[in-house]
Amino acid sequence: MASQQTLGESLRDHGVSRRGFLKFCAATASMMTLPPTMTSAIAAALEQARRPSVIWLSFQECTGCTESLTRSHSPTVENLILDVISLDYHHTLQAASGDAAEEARMKAMEENHGSYLVVVDGSLPGPDSNMGYSTIAGHSNLDILKETVEGAAAVVSVGTCAAFGGLPMANPNPTGAVAVQDLITDKPVINVPGCPPVPTVITGVLAHYLTFGSLPELDSYNRPLAFFGQSIHDRCYRRPFYDKGLFAETFDDEGAKKGWCLYRLGCKGPSTYNACATMRWNAGTSWPIESGHPCLGCSEPKFWDAGSFYKALSVPTNSAGSTLAAAGLTGAIVGGAAAALAKKEQQAVVAEREPVTVEELEQKL
Amino acid sequence: MSDPMDFLLWTKGPMFDWAIAIFALGMLARIFEIFMLGRKTNYAEPKGSEWGPGFKTMLTRSVADPGTFKRAGFDVLVGWVWHIGFLLVLFLFIPHIELIKSVLGLSWPGLPNPIIDSIAAVTIVGLIAALIHRLLHPVKQHLSTKEDYFIWAVTFLPVLTGYIAYHRLINPYPLALGLHVLSVEVFLIVLPFTKLTHMFTAFIARWYNGAIFGRKGVES
Repeated sequence: MASQQTLGESLRDHGVSRRGFLKFCAATASMMTLPPTMTSAIAAALEQARRPSVIWLSFQECTGCTESLTRSHSPTVENLILDVISLDYHHTLQAASGDAAEEARMKAMEENHGSYLVVVDGSLPGPDSNMGYSTIAGHSNLDILKETVEGAAAVVSVGTCAAFGGLPMANPNPTGAVAVQDLITDKPVINVPGCPPVPTVITGVLAHYLTFGSLPELDSYNRPLAFFGQSIHDRCYRRPFYDKGLFAETFDDEGAKKGWCLYRLGCKGPSTYNACATMRWNAGTSWPIESGHPCLGCSEPKFWDAGSFYKALSVPTNSAGSTLAAAGLTGAIVGGAAAALAKKEQQAVVAEREPVTVEELEQKL
Repeated sequence: MSDPMDFLLWTKGPMFDWAIAIFALGMLARIFEIFMLGRKTNYAEPKGSEWGPGFKTMLTRSVADPGTFKRAGFDVLVGWVWHIGFLLVLFLFIPHIELIKSVLGLSWPGLPNPIIDSIAAVTIVGLIAALIHRLLHPVKQHLSTKEDYFIWAVTFLPVLTGYIAYHRLINPYPLALGLHVLSVEVFLIVLPFTKLTHMFTAFIARWYNGAIFGRKGVES
Protein backbone atom coordinates (compact mmCIF):
# COMPACT_ATOMS: atom_id res chain seq x y z
CA MET A 1 0.00 0.00 0.00
CA ALA A 2 1.10 3.59 -0.47
CA SER A 3 2.74 4.33 2.83
CA GLN A 4 2.41 7.60 4.67
CA GLN A 5 6.20 7.94 4.64
CA THR A 6 7.62 10.56 2.30
CA LEU A 7 9.99 9.49 -0.44
CA GLY A 8 12.84 11.22 1.36
CA GLU A 9 12.17 9.23 4.52
CA SER A 10 11.93 5.99 2.59
CA LEU A 11 15.22 6.61 0.81
CA ARG A 12 16.98 7.43 4.06
CA ASP A 13 15.58 4.22 5.56
CA HIS A 14 17.12 2.38 2.61
CA GLY A 15 20.50 3.93 3.34
CA VAL A 16 20.59 6.49 0.51
CA SER A 17 22.78 9.44 1.52
CA ARG A 18 21.75 13.04 0.99
CA ARG A 19 24.66 13.39 -1.40
CA GLY A 20 23.55 10.37 -3.42
CA PHE A 21 20.00 11.69 -3.51
CA LEU A 22 21.06 15.14 -4.75
CA LYS A 23 23.28 13.57 -7.39
CA PHE A 24 20.23 11.67 -8.64
CA CYS A 25 18.17 14.90 -8.68
CA ALA A 26 20.88 16.73 -10.64
CA ALA A 27 21.14 13.86 -13.13
CA THR A 28 17.35 13.80 -13.52
CA ALA A 29 17.24 17.56 -14.17
CA SER A 30 19.98 17.23 -16.75
CA MET A 31 18.38 14.18 -18.40
CA MET A 32 15.12 15.99 -18.79
CA THR A 33 16.93 19.03 -20.18
CA LEU A 34 15.75 21.19 -17.29
CA PRO A 35 17.92 24.10 -16.09
CA PRO A 36 20.37 23.20 -13.26
CA THR A 37 18.41 25.49 -10.93
CA MET A 38 15.61 22.93 -11.08
CA THR A 39 17.75 20.43 -9.14
CA SER A 40 16.74 21.87 -5.78
CA ALA A 41 13.09 22.02 -6.85
CA ILE A 42 13.24 18.36 -7.85
CA ALA A 43 14.98 17.47 -4.58
CA ALA A 44 12.40 19.37 -2.53
CA ALA A 45 9.49 17.86 -4.42
CA LEU A 46 10.83 14.29 -4.26
CA GLU A 47 11.77 14.71 -0.60
CA GLN A 48 8.23 15.63 0.31
CA ALA A 49 6.43 13.36 -2.16
CA ARG A 50 4.20 10.74 -0.65
CA ARG A 51 4.85 7.39 -2.17
CA PRO A 52 2.29 7.07 -4.92
CA SER A 53 0.69 3.74 -5.39
CA VAL A 54 1.96 2.00 -8.48
CA ILE A 55 0.38 -1.12 -9.88
CA TRP A 56 2.62 -3.00 -12.28
CA LEU A 57 0.88 -5.31 -14.72
CA SER A 58 2.83 -7.85 -16.75
CA PHE A 59 1.11 -9.36 -19.77
CA GLN A 60 2.63 -10.97 -22.89
CA GLU A 61 6.24 -10.18 -22.06
CA CYS A 62 9.56 -11.88 -21.42
CA THR A 63 10.31 -10.20 -18.07
CA GLY A 64 13.30 -8.54 -19.74
CA CYS A 65 11.98 -5.08 -18.83
CA THR A 66 11.67 -6.01 -15.15
CA GLU A 67 15.07 -7.70 -15.29
CA SER A 68 16.61 -4.61 -16.82
CA LEU A 69 15.30 -2.51 -13.97
CA THR A 70 15.98 -4.78 -11.05
CA ARG A 71 19.19 -6.55 -11.99
CA SER A 72 21.41 -3.52 -12.03
CA HIS A 73 25.01 -4.26 -11.20
CA SER A 74 24.71 -2.50 -7.84
CA PRO A 75 21.72 -0.96 -6.10
CA THR A 76 21.22 2.53 -7.45
CA VAL A 77 19.10 5.42 -6.34
CA GLU A 78 17.09 4.77 -9.49
CA ASN A 79 16.04 1.28 -8.59
CA LEU A 80 15.52 2.19 -4.94
CA ILE A 81 13.14 4.92 -6.00
CA LEU A 82 11.43 2.42 -8.23
CA ASP A 83 11.30 -0.12 -5.43
CA VAL A 84 9.87 2.17 -2.83
CA ILE A 85 7.19 3.56 -5.07
CA SER A 86 6.28 0.59 -7.15
CA LEU A 87 5.45 -2.54 -5.42
CA ASP A 88 1.81 -2.44 -4.47
CA TYR A 89 1.32 -5.08 -7.12
CA HIS A 90 3.92 -6.64 -9.35
CA HIS A 91 3.13 -10.24 -9.93
CA THR A 92 6.62 -11.12 -11.06
CA LEU A 93 8.35 -9.64 -8.05
CA GLN A 94 5.86 -9.66 -5.19
CA ALA A 95 5.98 -12.28 -2.46
CA ALA A 96 2.22 -12.76 -2.37
CA SER A 97 0.54 -15.02 -4.89
CA GLY A 98 -2.89 -16.23 -5.92
CA ASP A 99 -5.87 -14.59 -4.24
CA ALA A 100 -3.65 -12.62 -1.83
CA ALA A 101 -1.89 -10.96 -4.75
CA GLU A 102 -5.12 -10.08 -6.53
CA GLU A 103 -6.52 -8.79 -3.26
CA ALA A 104 -3.52 -6.48 -2.87
CA ARG A 105 -4.22 -5.04 -6.32
CA MET A 106 -7.91 -4.47 -5.55
CA LYS A 107 -7.07 -2.84 -2.24
CA ALA A 108 -4.49 -0.51 -3.81
CA MET A 109 -7.01 0.50 -6.45
CA GLU A 110 -9.70 1.18 -3.88
CA GLU A 111 -7.53 3.19 -1.49
CA ASN A 112 -5.85 5.32 -4.17
CA HIS A 113 -8.71 5.67 -6.60
CA GLY A 114 -7.96 8.38 -9.14
CA SER A 115 -4.33 8.86 -8.13
CA TYR A 116 -2.40 5.64 -8.69
CA LEU A 117 -0.14 4.94 -11.64
CA VAL A 118 -0.43 1.80 -13.73
CA VAL A 119 2.79 0.51 -15.28
CA VAL A 120 2.29 -2.13 -17.95
CA ASP A 121 4.89 -4.33 -19.54
CA GLY A 122 3.90 -6.69 -22.31
CA SER A 123 1.29 -6.50 -25.04
CA LEU A 124 -2.08 -8.21 -24.68
CA PRO A 125 -4.47 -10.15 -26.93
CA GLY A 126 -6.80 -7.58 -28.53
CA PRO A 127 -10.59 -7.53 -28.14
CA ASP A 128 -11.07 -9.56 -31.34
CA SER A 129 -8.66 -12.24 -30.23
CA ASN A 130 -9.03 -15.36 -28.08
CA MET A 131 -8.83 -14.10 -24.50
CA GLY A 132 -7.48 -17.47 -23.41
CA TYR A 133 -4.06 -16.75 -24.95
CA SER A 134 -2.97 -14.83 -21.86
CA THR A 135 -4.68 -14.91 -18.47
CA ILE A 136 -3.76 -14.17 -14.88
CA ALA A 137 -5.70 -15.78 -12.03
CA GLY A 138 -8.27 -16.86 -14.58
CA HIS A 139 -8.89 -13.33 -15.87
CA SER A 140 -8.00 -12.15 -19.34
CA ASN A 141 -5.31 -9.51 -19.75
CA LEU A 142 -7.82 -7.18 -21.31
CA ASP A 143 -10.24 -7.43 -18.37
CA ILE A 144 -7.46 -6.87 -15.84
CA LEU A 145 -6.15 -3.85 -17.76
CA LYS A 146 -9.55 -2.21 -18.14
CA GLU A 147 -10.45 -2.86 -14.51
CA THR A 148 -7.12 -1.54 -13.21
CA VAL A 149 -6.88 1.51 -15.45
CA GLU A 150 -10.42 2.66 -14.65
CA GLY A 151 -9.35 4.49 -11.46
CA ALA A 152 -5.77 5.30 -12.51
CA ALA A 153 -4.25 8.76 -12.96
CA ALA A 154 -2.13 7.62 -15.91
CA VAL A 155 -0.66 4.56 -17.59
CA VAL A 156 3.03 4.05 -18.31
CA SER A 157 3.70 1.44 -21.01
CA VAL A 158 7.15 0.10 -20.26
CA GLY A 159 8.95 -1.73 -23.06
CA THR A 160 8.20 -1.98 -26.76
CA CYS A 161 5.61 -4.76 -26.28
CA ALA A 162 3.37 -2.61 -24.09
CA ALA A 163 4.09 0.55 -26.09
CA PHE A 164 3.78 -0.77 -29.66
CA GLY A 165 2.92 -4.49 -29.56
CA GLY A 166 6.50 -5.76 -29.71
CA LEU A 167 7.60 -9.29 -30.49
CA PRO A 168 4.22 -10.90 -29.66
CA MET A 169 2.79 -8.77 -32.48
CA ALA A 170 5.39 -9.97 -35.01
CA ASN A 171 3.97 -11.32 -38.24
CA PRO A 172 1.68 -13.34 -38.27
CA ASN A 173 0.74 -12.07 -34.79
CA PRO A 174 -0.67 -15.40 -33.58
CA THR A 175 -2.26 -14.02 -30.40
CA GLY A 176 -3.76 -10.92 -32.03
CA ALA A 177 -1.51 -8.84 -29.77
CA VAL A 178 -2.13 -5.09 -29.45
CA ALA A 179 -0.41 -2.26 -27.60
CA VAL A 180 -1.82 -0.62 -24.48
CA GLN A 181 -2.44 2.66 -26.31
CA ASP A 182 -4.66 0.80 -28.79
CA LEU A 183 -7.02 -0.06 -25.93
CA ILE A 184 -6.79 2.83 -23.47
CA THR A 185 -8.06 6.07 -24.94
CA ASP A 186 -9.57 7.85 -21.92
CA LYS A 187 -6.40 8.09 -19.78
CA PRO A 188 -2.99 9.58 -20.49
CA VAL A 189 -0.66 6.86 -21.79
CA ILE A 190 3.12 7.40 -21.71
CA ASN A 191 5.21 5.05 -23.81
CA VAL A 192 8.69 4.14 -22.62
CA PRO A 193 9.70 1.74 -25.41
CA GLY A 194 12.89 -0.25 -25.72
CA CYS A 195 13.67 -3.93 -25.64
CA PRO A 196 14.31 -3.42 -22.80
CA PRO A 197 14.09 0.33 -22.09
CA VAL A 198 16.95 2.21 -20.44
CA PRO A 199 16.20 1.89 -16.68
CA THR A 200 17.01 5.53 -15.99
CA VAL A 201 14.36 6.59 -18.48
CA ILE A 202 11.65 4.83 -16.49
CA THR A 203 12.74 6.35 -13.18
CA GLY A 204 13.12 9.70 -14.94
CA VAL A 205 9.50 9.60 -16.05
CA LEU A 206 8.35 8.60 -12.56
CA ALA A 207 10.55 11.30 -10.98
CA HIS A 208 9.01 13.87 -13.32
CA TYR A 209 5.54 12.79 -12.26
CA LEU A 210 6.47 13.01 -8.57
CA THR A 211 8.17 16.40 -8.97
CA PHE A 212 5.68 18.25 -11.09
CA GLY A 213 2.55 16.19 -10.55
CA SER A 214 2.18 16.08 -14.31
CA LEU A 215 3.38 13.98 -17.20
CA PRO A 216 6.44 14.97 -19.25
CA GLU A 217 6.19 16.45 -22.73
CA LEU A 218 5.61 13.65 -25.26
CA ASP A 219 6.40 13.10 -28.94
CA SER A 220 3.98 11.81 -31.59
CA TYR A 221 4.44 8.25 -30.28
CA ASN A 222 3.68 9.41 -26.72
CA ARG A 223 7.32 8.97 -25.72
CA PRO A 224 8.88 11.47 -23.30
CA LEU A 225 10.66 13.97 -25.54
CA ALA A 226 13.46 14.47 -23.04
CA PHE A 227 14.63 10.90 -23.68
CA PHE A 228 13.30 10.14 -27.14
CA GLY A 229 13.75 13.57 -28.74
CA GLN A 230 17.00 12.75 -30.53
CA SER A 231 18.02 9.87 -32.72
CA ILE A 232 20.76 7.38 -31.88
CA HIS A 233 22.49 8.49 -35.10
CA ASP A 234 22.62 12.14 -34.03
CA ARG A 235 24.15 11.29 -30.65
CA CYS A 236 26.34 8.39 -31.78
CA TYR A 237 30.06 8.67 -31.03
CA ARG A 238 30.69 6.78 -34.31
CA ARG A 239 28.87 9.48 -36.32
CA PRO A 240 32.11 11.13 -37.55
CA PHE A 241 32.94 7.87 -39.33
CA TYR A 242 29.56 7.89 -41.08
CA ASP A 243 30.20 11.45 -42.19
CA LYS A 244 33.63 10.52 -43.52
CA GLY A 245 32.30 7.43 -45.30
CA LEU A 246 34.29 4.99 -43.14
CA PHE A 247 32.28 1.83 -42.52
CA ALA A 248 32.79 -1.63 -41.06
CA GLU A 249 31.66 -4.13 -43.69
CA THR A 250 31.97 -7.30 -41.63
CA PHE A 251 32.13 -7.88 -37.90
CA ASP A 252 35.83 -8.70 -37.97
CA ASP A 253 37.32 -6.48 -40.65
CA GLU A 254 39.73 -3.60 -40.18
CA GLY A 255 36.84 -1.11 -40.00
CA ALA A 256 35.15 -3.05 -37.20
CA LYS A 257 38.42 -3.16 -35.27
CA LYS A 258 38.91 0.56 -35.71
CA GLY A 259 35.39 1.26 -34.46
CA TRP A 260 34.00 2.67 -37.73
CA CYS A 261 30.33 3.23 -38.47
CA LEU A 262 28.06 0.15 -38.45
CA TYR A 263 25.53 1.42 -41.05
CA ARG A 264 26.45 -1.23 -43.61
CA LEU A 265 26.09 -3.95 -40.99
CA GLY A 266 22.46 -2.96 -40.52
CA CYS A 267 22.57 -0.21 -37.88
CA LYS A 268 19.12 1.34 -37.48
CA GLY A 269 20.49 4.29 -35.50
CA PRO A 270 19.36 6.88 -38.09
CA SER A 271 15.69 5.93 -37.70
CA THR A 272 15.75 5.17 -33.96
CA TYR A 273 14.95 7.64 -31.21
CA ASN A 274 16.24 6.66 -27.77
CA ALA A 275 18.65 7.73 -25.05
CA CYS A 276 21.10 4.77 -25.25
CA ALA A 277 23.89 6.86 -26.80
CA THR A 278 23.83 9.37 -23.95
CA MET A 279 22.66 7.33 -20.94
CA ARG A 280 24.30 4.01 -21.84
CA TRP A 281 23.73 0.79 -19.93
CA ASN A 282 25.03 -0.97 -16.82
CA ALA A 283 25.80 2.13 -14.82
CA GLY A 284 27.06 4.00 -17.89
CA THR A 285 29.50 1.27 -18.91
CA SER A 286 28.60 0.79 -22.57
CA TRP A 287 25.78 0.42 -25.06
CA PRO A 288 25.17 -1.80 -28.11
CA ILE A 289 27.00 0.30 -30.70
CA GLU A 290 29.95 0.86 -28.38
CA SER A 291 30.23 -2.89 -27.95
CA GLY A 292 30.38 -3.29 -31.74
CA HIS A 293 26.82 -4.28 -32.60
CA PRO A 294 24.48 -2.29 -34.84
CA CYS A 295 21.41 -0.69 -33.26
CA LEU A 296 18.32 -2.87 -33.83
CA GLY A 297 15.95 0.07 -33.52
CA CYS A 298 14.17 -1.59 -30.59
CA SER A 299 12.39 1.55 -29.38
CA GLU A 300 10.61 2.08 -32.70
CA PRO A 301 7.26 0.59 -33.71
CA LYS A 302 7.46 -2.44 -36.04
CA PHE A 303 11.19 -2.94 -35.48
CA TRP A 304 10.42 -6.65 -35.27
CA ASP A 305 9.02 -6.79 -38.82
CA ALA A 306 11.30 -4.22 -40.50
CA GLY A 307 13.54 -6.63 -42.40
CA SER A 308 16.87 -8.10 -41.38
CA PHE A 309 18.69 -6.63 -38.38
CA TYR A 310 21.89 -7.05 -40.38
CA LYS A 311 20.91 -5.28 -43.59
CA ALA A 312 21.41 -1.55 -44.10
CA LEU A 313 18.47 0.78 -43.49
CA SER A 314 18.32 1.59 -47.21
CA VAL A 315 17.78 -2.04 -48.23
CA PRO A 316 14.20 -3.06 -49.12
CA THR A 317 12.51 -5.44 -46.72
CA ASN A 318 11.69 -8.09 -49.34
CA SER A 319 14.21 -9.70 -51.66
CA ALA A 320 13.53 -7.59 -54.72
CA GLY A 321 16.03 -9.40 -56.98
CA SER A 322 13.59 -12.14 -58.00
CA THR A 323 10.78 -9.61 -58.54
CA LEU A 324 13.09 -7.64 -60.80
CA ALA A 325 14.10 -10.73 -62.78
CA ALA A 326 10.52 -12.00 -63.17
CA ALA A 327 9.18 -8.59 -64.20
CA GLY A 328 12.11 -8.06 -66.58
CA LEU A 329 11.52 -11.42 -68.23
CA THR A 330 7.81 -10.70 -68.59
CA GLY A 331 8.69 -7.30 -70.06
CA ALA A 332 11.05 -8.90 -72.58
CA ILE A 333 8.33 -11.33 -73.65
CA VAL A 334 5.74 -8.55 -73.92
CA GLY A 335 8.15 -6.37 -75.93
CA GLY A 336 9.14 -9.28 -78.17
CA ALA A 337 5.51 -10.20 -78.75
CA ALA A 338 4.61 -6.60 -79.61
CA ALA A 339 7.48 -6.40 -82.09
CA ALA A 340 6.57 -9.77 -83.62
CA LEU A 341 2.96 -8.66 -83.98
CA ALA A 342 4.01 -5.41 -85.64
CA LYS A 343 6.27 -7.26 -88.05
CA LYS A 344 3.52 -9.72 -88.87
CA GLU A 345 1.12 -6.89 -89.63
CA GLN A 346 3.75 -5.27 -91.81
CA GLN A 347 4.29 -8.52 -93.73
CA ALA A 348 0.54 -8.95 -94.19
CA VAL A 349 0.31 -5.43 -95.58
CA VAL A 350 3.14 -6.15 -98.00
CA ALA A 351 1.54 -9.46 -99.06
CA GLU A 352 -1.83 -7.86 -99.69
CA ARG A 353 -0.36 -4.95 -101.58
CA GLU A 354 -1.92 -4.56 -105.02
CA PRO A 355 0.35 -2.47 -107.22
CA VAL A 356 -1.49 -0.04 -109.44
CA THR A 357 -0.03 1.52 -112.56
CA VAL A 358 -0.64 5.11 -113.61
CA GLU A 359 -2.57 3.90 -116.64
CA GLU A 360 -4.87 1.81 -114.46
CA LEU A 361 -5.50 4.75 -112.20
CA GLU A 362 -6.28 7.04 -115.14
CA GLN A 363 -8.71 4.47 -116.47
CA LYS A 364 -10.51 4.35 -113.16
CA LEU A 365 -10.80 8.09 -112.99
CA MET B 1 0.17 3.57 -42.72
CA SER B 2 -1.04 5.28 -39.61
CA ASP B 3 2.43 6.41 -38.57
CA PRO B 4 5.82 7.29 -40.08
CA MET B 5 7.37 3.86 -39.45
CA ASP B 6 4.43 2.10 -41.12
CA PHE B 7 4.83 4.50 -44.05
CA LEU B 8 8.57 3.78 -44.33
CA LEU B 9 8.01 0.02 -44.18
CA TRP B 10 5.31 0.27 -46.85
CA THR B 11 7.69 2.19 -49.15
CA LYS B 12 10.53 -0.28 -48.44
CA GLY B 13 8.27 -3.32 -48.78
CA PRO B 14 5.23 -3.75 -51.06
CA MET B 15 5.55 -0.37 -52.78
CA PHE B 16 9.19 -1.02 -53.68
CA ASP B 17 8.22 -4.38 -55.20
CA TRP B 18 5.51 -2.73 -57.31
CA ALA B 19 7.80 0.06 -58.46
CA ILE B 20 10.68 -2.19 -59.42
CA ALA B 21 8.31 -4.63 -61.18
CA ILE B 22 6.61 -1.89 -63.23
CA PHE B 23 9.98 -0.38 -64.08
CA ALA B 24 11.54 -3.68 -65.19
CA LEU B 25 8.48 -4.82 -67.12
CA GLY B 26 7.94 -1.49 -68.88
CA MET B 27 11.58 -0.82 -69.68
CA LEU B 28 12.42 -4.33 -70.90
CA ALA B 29 9.27 -4.37 -73.04
CA ARG B 30 10.28 -1.12 -74.71
CA ILE B 31 13.91 -2.06 -75.24
CA PHE B 32 13.05 -5.50 -76.62
CA GLU B 33 10.50 -3.98 -78.94
CA ILE B 34 13.04 -1.47 -80.24
CA PHE B 35 15.72 -4.11 -80.84
CA MET B 36 13.40 -6.68 -82.37
CA LEU B 37 11.82 -4.21 -84.75
CA GLY B 38 15.33 -3.27 -85.81
CA ARG B 39 15.76 -1.19 -88.94
CA LYS B 40 14.78 -1.62 -92.54
CA THR B 41 17.20 -3.90 -94.39
CA ASN B 42 19.76 -1.85 -96.26
CA TYR B 43 20.64 -3.50 -99.54
CA ALA B 44 23.36 -1.02 -100.45
CA GLU B 45 26.91 -2.28 -100.33
CA PRO B 46 28.50 -1.31 -96.94
CA LYS B 47 31.45 1.09 -97.14
CA GLY B 48 32.55 0.47 -93.56
CA SER B 49 31.67 -1.36 -90.35
CA GLU B 50 28.67 -0.58 -88.14
CA TRP B 51 29.78 -1.70 -84.66
CA GLY B 52 32.89 0.44 -84.09
CA PRO B 53 31.41 3.77 -85.25
CA GLY B 54 28.17 2.85 -83.41
CA PHE B 55 29.87 2.53 -80.03
CA LYS B 56 32.12 5.51 -80.72
CA THR B 57 29.13 7.69 -81.43
CA MET B 58 27.46 6.59 -78.20
CA LEU B 59 30.29 8.40 -76.43
CA THR B 60 31.07 11.26 -78.81
CA ARG B 61 27.48 12.44 -79.05
CA SER B 62 27.53 12.99 -75.29
CA VAL B 63 29.73 16.02 -75.92
CA ALA B 64 28.01 18.90 -77.63
CA ASP B 65 29.61 20.12 -80.83
CA PRO B 66 31.13 23.63 -80.68
CA GLY B 67 28.20 25.13 -82.58
CA THR B 68 25.65 23.86 -80.10
CA PHE B 69 27.76 25.00 -77.19
CA LYS B 70 27.99 28.48 -78.69
CA ARG B 71 24.25 28.68 -79.34
CA ALA B 72 23.07 27.14 -76.06
CA GLY B 73 25.98 27.24 -73.62
CA PHE B 74 23.69 27.39 -70.57
CA ASP B 75 21.78 24.26 -71.57
CA VAL B 76 24.93 22.28 -72.28
CA LEU B 77 26.72 23.33 -69.11
CA VAL B 78 23.81 23.09 -66.67
CA GLY B 79 22.59 19.92 -68.35
CA TRP B 80 25.98 18.31 -67.89
CA VAL B 81 26.34 19.48 -64.30
CA TRP B 82 23.07 18.13 -63.00
CA HIS B 83 23.08 14.94 -65.10
CA ILE B 84 26.52 13.98 -63.82
CA GLY B 85 25.62 15.06 -60.28
CA PHE B 86 22.46 12.96 -60.41
CA LEU B 87 24.37 9.87 -61.56
CA LEU B 88 27.18 10.29 -59.02
CA VAL B 89 24.73 10.67 -56.15
CA LEU B 90 22.67 7.75 -57.42
CA PHE B 91 25.55 5.32 -57.85
CA LEU B 92 28.24 6.40 -55.38
CA PHE B 93 26.30 7.13 -52.16
CA ILE B 94 27.00 4.23 -49.78
CA PRO B 95 23.34 3.57 -48.77
CA HIS B 96 22.43 3.45 -52.49
CA ILE B 97 25.26 0.98 -53.14
CA GLU B 98 23.90 -1.21 -50.32
CA LEU B 99 20.46 -1.09 -51.95
CA ILE B 100 21.81 -2.01 -55.40
CA LYS B 101 23.89 -4.80 -53.85
CA SER B 102 20.80 -6.25 -52.18
CA VAL B 103 18.84 -6.24 -55.46
CA LEU B 104 21.45 -7.04 -58.11
CA GLY B 105 24.30 -8.50 -56.09
CA LEU B 106 26.70 -5.95 -57.61
CA SER B 107 28.76 -3.60 -55.49
CA TRP B 108 31.50 -1.02 -55.90
CA PRO B 109 33.31 1.56 -53.74
CA GLY B 110 31.43 4.74 -52.83
CA LEU B 111 32.35 8.33 -52.10
CA PRO B 112 32.48 9.88 -48.60
CA ASN B 113 29.16 11.35 -47.54
CA PRO B 114 30.23 15.03 -47.43
CA ILE B 115 31.34 14.82 -51.08
CA ILE B 116 28.02 13.24 -52.11
CA ASP B 117 26.27 15.92 -50.07
CA SER B 118 28.03 18.71 -51.95
CA ILE B 119 27.32 17.06 -55.30
CA ALA B 120 23.63 16.72 -54.34
CA ALA B 121 23.51 20.42 -53.45
CA VAL B 122 25.02 21.35 -56.83
CA THR B 123 22.56 19.02 -58.58
CA ILE B 124 19.62 20.68 -56.82
CA VAL B 125 20.85 24.13 -57.85
CA GLY B 126 21.40 22.87 -61.41
CA LEU B 127 17.89 21.47 -61.66
CA ILE B 128 16.34 24.66 -60.29
CA ALA B 129 18.41 26.72 -62.74
CA ALA B 130 17.23 24.48 -65.58
CA LEU B 131 13.60 25.00 -64.55
CA ILE B 132 13.95 28.78 -64.26
CA HIS B 133 15.60 28.91 -67.68
CA ARG B 134 12.79 26.82 -69.13
CA LEU B 135 10.20 29.14 -67.60
CA LEU B 136 11.88 32.37 -68.73
CA HIS B 137 13.29 31.49 -72.14
CA PRO B 138 10.62 32.32 -74.76
CA VAL B 139 11.52 29.49 -77.15
CA LYS B 140 11.74 26.90 -74.37
CA GLN B 141 8.50 28.21 -72.94
CA HIS B 142 6.85 27.67 -76.29
CA LEU B 143 8.29 24.19 -76.73
CA SER B 144 7.64 22.92 -73.19
CA THR B 145 4.72 20.61 -72.60
CA LYS B 146 3.04 19.58 -69.37
CA GLU B 147 5.04 16.36 -69.51
CA ASP B 148 8.29 18.35 -69.42
CA TYR B 149 7.33 20.03 -66.15
CA PHE B 150 6.06 16.74 -64.74
CA ILE B 151 9.32 15.00 -65.60
CA TRP B 152 11.29 17.85 -64.07
CA ALA B 153 9.35 17.41 -60.79
CA VAL B 154 9.73 13.61 -60.85
CA THR B 155 13.50 14.03 -61.30
CA PHE B 156 13.88 16.87 -58.81
CA LEU B 157 11.95 15.30 -55.93
CA PRO B 158 14.23 12.29 -55.32
CA VAL B 159 17.25 14.61 -55.08
CA LEU B 160 15.46 17.11 -52.86
CA THR B 161 13.95 14.50 -50.52
CA GLY B 162 17.29 12.67 -50.38
CA TYR B 163 18.99 15.90 -49.34
CA ILE B 164 16.27 16.52 -46.74
CA ALA B 165 16.57 12.97 -45.37
CA TYR B 166 20.38 13.12 -45.23
CA HIS B 167 20.28 16.40 -43.31
CA ARG B 168 17.33 15.18 -41.24
CA LEU B 169 15.37 18.35 -42.01
CA ILE B 170 12.01 16.59 -41.56
CA ASN B 171 11.20 14.75 -38.35
CA PRO B 172 10.77 11.96 -37.55
CA TYR B 173 13.42 10.47 -39.81
CA PRO B 174 11.32 7.48 -40.99
CA LEU B 175 8.94 10.00 -42.58
CA ALA B 176 11.81 11.81 -44.34
CA LEU B 177 13.33 8.56 -45.59
CA GLY B 178 9.92 7.20 -46.59
CA LEU B 179 9.22 10.31 -48.69
CA HIS B 180 12.59 9.91 -50.41
CA VAL B 181 11.98 6.23 -51.18
CA LEU B 182 8.46 7.00 -52.44
CA SER B 183 9.71 9.79 -54.73
CA VAL B 184 12.23 7.36 -56.25
CA GLU B 185 9.47 4.80 -56.71
CA VAL B 186 7.37 7.36 -58.60
CA PHE B 187 10.46 8.02 -60.76
CA LEU B 188 10.86 4.29 -61.47
CA ILE B 189 7.16 3.83 -62.27
CA VAL B 190 6.89 6.72 -64.75
CA LEU B 191 10.33 6.09 -66.29
CA PRO B 192 9.33 3.52 -68.96
CA PHE B 193 6.29 5.50 -70.11
CA THR B 194 7.71 9.00 -70.46
CA LYS B 195 10.69 10.75 -72.01
CA LEU B 196 12.71 9.53 -69.04
CA THR B 197 13.30 6.43 -71.19
CA HIS B 198 16.05 8.49 -72.79
CA MET B 199 18.23 7.15 -69.96
CA PHE B 200 18.37 4.00 -72.06
CA THR B 201 17.14 4.93 -75.52
CA ALA B 202 19.49 7.91 -75.98
CA PHE B 203 22.38 5.49 -76.18
CA ILE B 204 20.53 3.10 -78.49
CA ALA B 205 19.67 6.00 -80.81
CA ARG B 206 23.28 7.17 -80.80
CA TRP B 207 24.45 3.68 -81.67
CA TYR B 208 22.08 3.52 -84.65
CA ASN B 209 23.23 6.95 -85.79
CA GLY B 210 26.88 5.96 -85.57
CA ALA B 211 26.21 2.60 -87.22
CA ILE B 212 24.36 4.18 -90.17
CA PHE B 213 27.17 6.63 -90.78
CA GLY B 214 29.77 3.89 -90.28
CA ARG B 215 28.09 1.73 -92.90
CA LYS B 216 28.16 4.64 -95.31
CA GLY B 217 31.85 5.12 -94.56
CA VAL B 218 31.49 8.64 -93.21
CA GLU B 219 32.33 10.14 -89.86
CA SER B 220 29.39 10.76 -87.53
